[in-house]
Amino acid sequence: MGGIDLALIWAVIIGFGVIMYVLMDGFDLGLGILYPFAPDEDARDVMMNSVAPVWDGNETWLVLGGAGLLGAFPLVYSVFLPALYIGVFLMLAGLIFRGVAFEFRFKSRKNRHWWNRAFCWGSAVAAFAQGAVVGAYIQGFAVEGFVYVGGALDWLTPFTVLTGLGLMAGYALLGATWLIMKSEGYIQAWAYRITLPLLVLVLAVFLIISLWTPFVNPDVWERWFGHIGVIWIFPALALGCAVVVYRSVRQRREGLPFVATLGLYIFTYLGLVISKWPVIVPPNHTIWDASSSPESQLFLLIGVLFVIPIVLTYTAWTYWVFRGKVKVGEGYH
Amino acid sequence: MELDPLLLSRMQFAFVVSFHAIFPVFTIGLASYLAVLNGLFYRTENPAWERLAVFWTKVFAVVFGMGVVSGIVMSFQFGTNWSNFSFAAANFLGPMLSYEVVTAFFLEAAFLGVLLFGRGKVPQGVHLFASIMVAVGTFISAFWILAANSWMQTPVGVELIDNRFHITDWSEAIFNPSFPYRFTHMVLASFLTGGFVVAGVSAWYLLIGRDVRANKKALSMCLWLLLVLAPAQALVGDFHGLNTLEHQPTKVAAMEGNWETSSHTPLLLFAIPDQAAQTNRFEIGIPSLASVILTHHPAGVVPGISEMPPEQQPPVWLVFWSFRIMVALGFLMIAVALAGLWLRRGGRIYEHRGFLQLLRLMSVTPFIAVLAGWFVTETGRAPWLVYGMMTHAEAVTPSLTGGMALFTLVGYVAVYAVVFWAGTYYLTRVVRNGMQEGGEEIKGEVERPMRPLSATHTPFDDVSTNPSK
Repeated sequence: MGGIDLALIWAVIIGFGVIMYVLMDGFDLGLGILYPFAPDEDARDVMMNSVAPVWDGNETWLVLGGAGLLGAFPLVYSVFLPALYIGVFLMLAGLIFRGVAFEFRFKSRKNRHWWNRAFCWGSAVAAFAQGAVVGAYIQGFAVEGFVYVGGALDWLTPFTVLTGLGLMAGYALLGATWLIMKSEGYIQAWAYRITLPLLVLVLAVFLIISLWTPFVNPDVWERWFGHIGVIWIFPALALGCAVVVYRSVRQRREGLPFVATLGLYIFTYLGLVISKWPVIVPPNHTIWDASSSPESQLFLLIGVLFVIPIVLTYTAWTYWVFRGKVKVGEGYH
Repeated sequence: MELDPLLLSRMQFAFVVSFHAIFPVFTIGLASYLAVLNGLFYRTENPAWERLAVFWTKVFAVVFGMGVVSGIVMSFQFGTNWSNFSFAAANFLGPMLSYEVVTAFFLEAAFLGVLLFGRGKVPQGVHLFASIMVAVGTFISAFWILAANSWMQTPVGVELIDNRFHITDWSEAIFNPSFPYRFTHMVLASFLTGGFVVAGVSAWYLLIGRDVRANKKALSMCLWLLLVLAPAQALVGDFHGLNTLEHQPTKVAAMEGNWETSSHTPLLLFAIPDQAAQTNRFEIGIPSLASVILTHHPAGVVPGISEMPPEQQPPVWLVFWSFRIMVALGFLMIAVALAGLWLRRGGRIYEHRGFLQLLRLMSVTPFIAVLAGWFVTETGRAPWLVYGMMTHAEAVTPSLTGGMALFTLVGYVAVYAVVFWAGTYYLTRVVRNGMQEGGEEIKGEVERPMRPLSATHTPFDDVSTNPSK
């Protein structure tokens, strides 16, 4: 196996899985967060219908990521999950409730308002918990040897509350721009209206997090204000994407706001990854420390390289089949 | 009283895995049944087979969906509550569990949509092929999960270096000594589950006179199947027990309630194991029968629980009684299958109301038997998590406190109570609406492939009570 760095390949795969999950489950979680603010029940039908064919495919990336981490980077799995114990439970409970709501809301009449609530609260809690995970990752974990030794709520700090709320806003922005693309009439007008305030909110939170991060974690400071100037290209590109979102909304473009928002998050994500690379269990453990044995990584790699193209093809096919606008009343009479 | 994170974690794992297990057990059996129905329709073009296939596909869709939802939790349990175990065993456990996920995704991406939504839209042969592939896929999923579990029961092919398991031989680790028995036992259990549920529902439809033609076919077919499978399961179970005797004698001792190593060991029909006193109270047994079953000789020696010091013994009453419940239900299943054979004369299986009512009740028994069986094998290896190599106490997450574990245990019970209620309630509506022309359906609902539940159109609540829309 000389020459091939399996840990590096796996880091790319897991990194790809994480951003796929954030982008794809992000917009349907975002719609859940926006749910109580929707103009009316018809708009809620459209919002849910616009993601109904794809949401569970989106969540498969989470399961693949969880299982893949256990197989490839067991240290991540066995430090993050105990450290984020309560948060992981809240996220799972949220995802289960909204998953069930997806299935049963369509089949309910008089109980529909309960499923609406389950969908909204489930989405909001899951999004907050995921944002807090990002914050906790930036903070780092109390690890001795290969074991988490911190407390139950170490992850819950003012900083992670901010990242949690920040990701909620970020997902809401994704949801709003997705809705611009998938709806029309008064629903689309509402989506246009909320996009710019959300964009401002997201940029403000990103700015605060960026200014705060060096104080939470000095290594990040060193990374950004050290000698590698080229990494500033990521925040620059992210900012460029934000400008495109703003202009395309003003021009009432339909697809571009969503695409540009995706870009905004991809570049932000790359910036975050660069801040930490190659540390995967902060503060000290790199991807190589966190790896399982090379044989296990190779054994699993074969199956994953086989299935990822199939999942991607199928995902693309589903999005293609369900392209176009979702209309009010479509699906119900 | 101090809250014990170890005990609470074990309770939580037992709860979530028991809750989860009932869905895949059912789907494995049902997937094969659907493949058979679709195959029969393909060959005979008898519309009765198609009506059955259409109905059971809807049930399959709901159960599959519930299994996926409860399964998401499982993939995080190992890390949250058993982080030392996850870290130590990741080299083996990671690939096994990931391959299960990979199999499930491949299955869902490639064939599930065709099975659920493709009828009449793709050529019949393609639909049949998808149906067969889904059935095969459920076996492959079970293969990975049971390989992981069996390895924990009879770990081989690894060496423990610095508290981490390193694989020395993959095929030895995957095809470990208990794996073939556990896999066969579990697949038969899935078939029995599918068989008794289909038989029970068909019996109910016959009782109320719904689609009698098709349901007679289904019932007859199931009873033939059960007549073969129920006794076969007893035989396989016996082999599995002998395998356990070889590798985990203490578990067998607990199953038999046998405290002291002895010959001419009786088979206990009833006893109240008293772990503190290391003996049984109120024993009723058949002399020498346990020796005969386990060693095929009345003078055969059966190991005793007290070979192990008390702190290394499993909770005997739990293993003992779970085992009795499983075996008793197994014999009940054989008896019902034989009764079905007897009633075939003159076609009374379709008319004997008492028998049909009995079949209705029998449809829950395989689920209880499966859970009881898992309680035997899982609690019977205590205190070991990886048998002889790692205990539960060594495996639990070090940073976990009793309060945290209690919080999530209560939380999962609450979440699952809601989900399980909704799912069971909905499933009963699907069954109540099934196999009839013009059943309650949501008109014009958009087909949303990928979402298993969209394969059914039964409303969640009563449409008629709501005048709007």
